[in-house]
Amino acid sequence: MHRVRTLCLLAFGALALSGCNLVVMNPSGDIADQQAQLIVYATVLMLIVIIPVIALTIFFAIKYRASNEDAPYEPEWHHSISLEVVVWSVPMAIIIFLAGLTWVATHRLEPYHDIKRIDAETPLDPSVKPLTIQVAAMDWKWVFFYPEQGVATVNELAAPVDRPIEFYITSTTVMNSFYVPALAGMIYAMPGMQTELNAVINEEGVFKGLSANYSGEGFSHMNFEFIATADEAGFDEWVQKVQSEGEDLDLDGLSKLNHPTVDHPVQYFGSYDENSWNRLVNKCVDEDDLCLNDMMMADALGGGGIDGLFNREQFRGLCSAENPGAIMALIRPGKQDLEKDIIAAMTDLPTDPRAQN
Amino acid sequence: MASTSHAAHGASTEVSPILGKLGLDDLLFLHEPIVLVTLIGASIGGLAVFALITKFKLWGYLWNEWFTSIDHKKIGIMYMILALVMFVRGFADALLMRGQQAMISTVGEGYLNAHHYDQIFSAHGVIMIFFVAMPFVTGFMNYIMPLQIGARDVAFPFLNNFSFWLTVSGAVLVMMSLFVGEFSTAGWLAYPPYSGLEYSPGVGVDYYLWSLNIAGIGTTLSGINLIVTLVKMRAPGMDWMKMPIFCWTTLCTNVLIVASFPVLSATLALLTADRYLGTHFFTSELGGNPMMYVNLIWIWGHPEVYILVLPIFGILSEIVPTFCSKRLFGYTSMVYATCVIMILSYIVWLHHFFTMGAGADVNSFFGITTMIISIPTGAKLFNWLFTMYKGRIRFEVPMLWVMGIMIVFPIGGLTGVLLAIPPADYVLHNSLFLIAHFHNVIIGGVVFGIFAGISFWWPKAFGFKLNHFWNVVSFWCWLIGFFLAFMPLYILGLMGFTRRIGQEIDPIYSGLFLTATVGAIVIAAGIAAFFWSIYVSIRDREQLRDTTGDPWGGRTLEWATSSPPPYYNFAFTPKIYEVDAFAQMKREGYTRPTDGYIPIHMPKYTSSGIIISGFLTVMGFALVFHIWWLAALSLFAAIAWGIGHTFNYDQDYYVPADEVAEIEKKYTQSLMGPAE
Repeated sequence: MHRVRTLCLLAFGALALSGCNLVVMNPSGDIADQQAQLIVYATVLMLIVIIPVIALTIFFAIKYRASNEDAPYEPEWHHSISLEVVVWSVPMAIIIFLAGLTWVATHRLEPYHDIKRIDAETPLDPSVKPLTIQVAAMDWKWVFFYPEQGVATVNELAAPVDRPIEFYITSTTVMNSFYVPALAGMIYAMPGMQTELNAVINEEGVFKGLSANYSGEGFSHMNFEFIATADEAGFDEWVQKVQSEGEDLDLDGLSKLNHPTVDHPVQYFGSYDENSWNRLVNKCVDEDDLCLNDMMMADALGGGGIDGLFNREQFRGLCSAENPGAIMALIRPGKQDLEKDIIAAMTDLPTDPRAQN
Repeated sequence: MASTSHAAHGASTEVSPILGKLGLDDLLFLHEPIVLVTLIGASIGGLAVFALITKFKLWGYLWNEWFTSIDHKKIGIMYMILALVMFVRGFADALLMRGQQAMISTVGEGYLNAHHYDQIFSAHGVIMIFFVAMPFVTGFMNYIMPLQIGARDVAFPFLNNFSFWLTVSGAVLVMMSLFVGEFSTAGWLAYPPYSGLEYSPGVGVDYYLWSLNIAGIGTTLSGINLIVTLVKMRAPGMDWMKMPIFCWTTLCTNVLIVASFPVLSATLALLTADRYLGTHFFTSELGGNPMMYVNLIWIWGHPEVYILVLPIFGILSEIVPTFCSKRLFGYTSMVYATCVIMILSYIVWLHHFFTMGAGADVNSFFGITTMIISIPTGAKLFNWLFTMYKGRIRFEVPMLWVMGIMIVFPIGGLTGVLLAIPPADYVLHNSLFLIAHFHNVIIGGVVFGIFAGISFWWPKAFGFKLNHFWNVVSFWCWLIGFFLAFMPLYILGLMGFTRRIGQEIDPIYSGLFLTATVGAIVIAAGIAAFFWSIYVSIRDREQLRDTTGDPWGGRTLEWATSSPPPYYNFAFTPKIYEVDAFAQMKREGYTRPTDGYIPIHMPKYTSSGIIISGFLTVMGFALVFHIWWLAALSLFAAIAWGIGHTFNYDQDYYVPADEVAEIEKKYTQSLMGPAE
């Protein structure tokens, strides 16, 4: 591993000296670090073919130039089984190797999977709970929610060093891409959908984050700062700062925040409405918007047709967007045998189950 | 912090029944100084061309001999001219973008606002792919392929003319958007929901949609035409495995076109429906799903990459043996490599959006299929390499371009395979590294190949070679300019710099952006040298004259004709015995028949293609601005004219044997050299 690092540093050393900060090749988070190493491995592998091809091209061009009468000339020579075998098999061998590498690396570095180590030397402590951060891309700013801490921020993200972070990502308007080059690769932020990214930061510092997918007028300014605090205490301090300086973000405020702004300043919220994230993912920040999950539920119950009118009354309270399994059992043929259990369960429910929540 | 909204631009609220959304506001040049200057420049240029044509009374000539022509050679040349004109526009966009980024990163202030910058990068991509690269390769396929298979024209000559004018129609709409209204700001693929009505309420995306809807039909029709030509019209004796490689790549390319362009048309039609009819295929409300669009557009988009590059591989496979005076190494493996690429190009599309989060299994599958494509591509490269081995290489201009490709293209291949590894793509996706990669393969493959092809076949098309010196200058400018312009972009990508950023750039990037801008200027010098070489060559055409029809020692049938070839191509349909038919004819001392000519059956020119396309252009414009009456009227006119055309039975004629004899005699005389 260290040899690769050195190789990498050597290869890009000249550039680094000239002042280019190749953050992608020299990141501070373990995931991004493994991704950078993969780039180096793959490049070295491919150079095994590329360098000879370019060298041979130049060599043949010089040797067989028309003015060099001494070079052999065989105008009808056009076939050679052994050469053909080499021509197809050498690239094939390298691609087979690279394909294996790809399969393994893609599964190991799958952004949806929990991370398996803190860094190359440190294994994961199973007792440490990952830090959950919900990320919403808005026009044209990033809003971060910390469900455990109960705080939210705009255009500033913080996490302690060496603690796994679990990002849940969505967008309220158009597609964006959540990217902190020093931390880990990017993942799309898409409206009405939730994507995931697991990562860990290993070095203290302030790193640049951005949207890596064009989203319109204010896109160029859609940056944020990622603060990696030295330890948990530093992170708690940051949370306290957000709590003390920040105001409350109610749904009304969230709806206002959701309006397009360019170059939005860093903003803190000491608390926020607990429905915020659901409403953002389901695109119903404004009070009179129909939530996507509710709409899907209505559709699953038969939509606006006669079935729908019947089913909505029949199963009111039993099925909800949070528990669609029950209605699926009724709708899907082959699961009809569950019907009785469900109806039975229904009779046990209080008259207005929503009151319970 | 400035508050703004998506609806700020171009959304005329009032829709008049007569003018639709068209209003004075749409004449953008009134308040955009850069557009105003461009408009004045374009107007002066346009008026000058108009005046010159009028002065020399060329309108009749252009109309009768070119615009209504159904000769595949003239249509091929018109495609090339369209591509060159649009190339200048697309390149101007590129210069504006690099200049803006260099300025912003250096002095902190640029000359383009976000709205304008976003239109420019969208237009740059759309123009370079659809109206530069596509017409270039279609032009080559049109001009060269029928000659190489010994045919007199394509299978459906009128359809060919119509396809060309449909492409022009799309290009005209894109150019119009510069001055009337605005162009799309949604990038060259117009991902929804951004390209939907909610976030792009202006006419820009509508221009994009109608332009590509119309041009896309033309491309599909042309694809069908060329496939039928290759299947049905090969000269007797030309089995599949005796076809020149360029014909093979043409075949595979057009199969790709026919199988993928309908997907593009359907996808754009669905987005059009979203914008015009209130459907919700790709919105994120009411059950729509933008991911579907991204999948569909790349199911077309990835084969499109190979639609561009396969004909270039064909061109290379013609040039290398010619200038090495040697047979192509590994013809059979070249054919199979082409076919394998054609098939594989359909199962890789997802590599354009690994970051959507499809999961490790799906991502690895598409990553690995992508890598597999590099095997046949590598085999091709090796075949050219071993064609050079034990050859006698003449470094004429076409061969120089090929050498450029053989050095630059593998670098792009390497970075391409890197991007195909999903975890690597997570850090490189959408960055300037990606931009550098695809410009590396498109410039270092497609564009170099186009210039190689132009300098190779120019004497065939016009009867004189291109000036050597200025084309060598052009080559070196392009080669050096390419490295200067795109190596900094690779580095910027590794610094985590994302594409499409045109405002607020940190000064730490300024050195690299300045270098890239210098590179773009060097490339501009290369383009200027190329245009200058055309002027110089026309001026000195007598010294550069090719009297033999075979200036390079060619190996395929197009070199068996005079330069330029007679409009009927071949007085007698040649018989084919092996690959490299003309090389075999020369080797075995073939003599041209000098008598016994018979009348030749040829199709007649028709103006229906340009007229119907003209109506469709008007329809496109009317639809962009919601001028419903005009749209309906022009669509009706187009259909009516099309039906009318089917009643035109006066479609063909016979070239009298005497006329053939006359033309062939001239060629015979020119072959014997000037009577000194």
